Amino acid sequence: MDDKIKLTKLANCAGCGAKVGAGVLAKLLDGLKVRTDPNLLVGFDKSDDASVYKVSDDLALVQTVDFFPPIADDPYTFGAIAATNALSDVYAMGGEPKLALNIMAVPASLPKDAVHQILHGGYDKAYEAGAIITGGHSILDDEPKYGLAVTGFVHPDKVLTNSGAKDGDVLLLTKPLGIGILTTAAKADLVSEDTMAYAVRLMTTLNKSARDAMVKYRVHACTDVTGFALLGHACEMAQGSDVEIHLSVGDIDLIPEALDFARTGILPEGMYRNRSFAEAYVDAGDTELAKQDMLYDPQTSGGLLIAVHPDEADALFEELSSSVPSAQRIGTVRAYTGGARIYLR
Amino acid sequence: MIDARGLSCPMPVVMVQNEVKKSSPDEVKVMVDSMVCVENITRFASSKQYDVEVVKKDGEFELTLKKKK
Repeated sequence: MDDKIKLTKLANCAGCGAKVGAGVLAKLLDGLKVRTDPNLLVGFDKSDDASVYKVSDDLALVQTVDFFPPIADDPYTFGAIAATNALSDVYAMGGEPKLALNIMAVPASLPKDAVHQILHGGYDKAYEAGAIITGGHSILDDEPKYGLAVTGFVHPDKVLTNSGAKDGDVLLLTKPLGIGILTTAAKADLVSEDTMAYAVRLMTTLNKSARDAMVKYRVHACTDVTGFALLGHACEMAQGSDVEIHLSVGDIDLIPEALDFARTGILPEGMYRNRSFAEAYVDAGDTELAKQDMLYDPQTSGGLLIAVHPDEADALFEELSSSVPSAQRIGTVRAYTGGARIYLR
Repeated sequence: MIDARGLSCPMPVVMVQNEVKKSSPDEVKVMVDSMVCVENITRFASSKQYDVEVVKKDGEFELTLKKKK
């Protein structure tokens, strides 16, 4: 009998699919007094990926935290994915991660070696990112959880938010979509070994090279595509920037096996949450339902969505093509015309 | 009748898929207890040319899939 621990069997919800929906979150935060500070460059008013605090004229602090229940059965892989995902928020702001703290919840029954492997996966990714782990906090809980609180640095004039997109910008994406659907299908052992290995490679690929490439160009806005899915995050970008976004669905890299699952109703709960949050702002045209579902699929450790000046889109696209898992030119930003925020064609 | 109450996704839709694959029946009945399962099974049914009737009772859902004539 295979007595290897299967971490996902201990999880109620996979990865970023466990995220509280965007609409629900807004209600939960409603009424809480928000204090401001002249040095706070990015707070949570525009639903951004991390907060940014200016320390001096040439240094700002980027802070973020992210953790979730197991999305992979193998403890090392789970740790590596959770860390990659947490570090990503710093990259999405154009920053570089420097310090990280572990956040962990473990069942008392989880073998010590498994706990050690989760941490090992996290440490390896933090070190690959050039950050150091300096401590952390762990509690006992029936459902395991792991992630990092990350502090990074960015030049105050080079902060990238999700709310700076401009009319004419070209939208680039750096990883394919379909991770949430695959991890849901994996719960019923439906995913081929090759595709699952590909999904794990994607989730453990740092957005570092995407960040390192984009900071050399005139990028106006950036966000990482995670729990709220491409359309949820694109919607926040469009609203925050007061623009509309036109996506060319045929140019978006949809993992073929995930699209097959979408067509037969193998879809995570988070997909429906994302749909109900964003669909009022989306004009889907005659886009096939399963393809729409792929665009609402919650991603764990997804790629960066980048709005770049049209004159520099070709050069950035070319540079990304040799450094990220899947460089895609997926659409354009246009001035808001008062209707939907996102058009799918 | 497939009883998929208490099971989390994607198990309920997988059970329905297996039933359809096995014998391609004219009618399949299934009980589920979440809207996500209702939606997932409805998407699967329409991909296989089945119509779906949903009856809600006490927070549970009885779905009847009927092959389109």
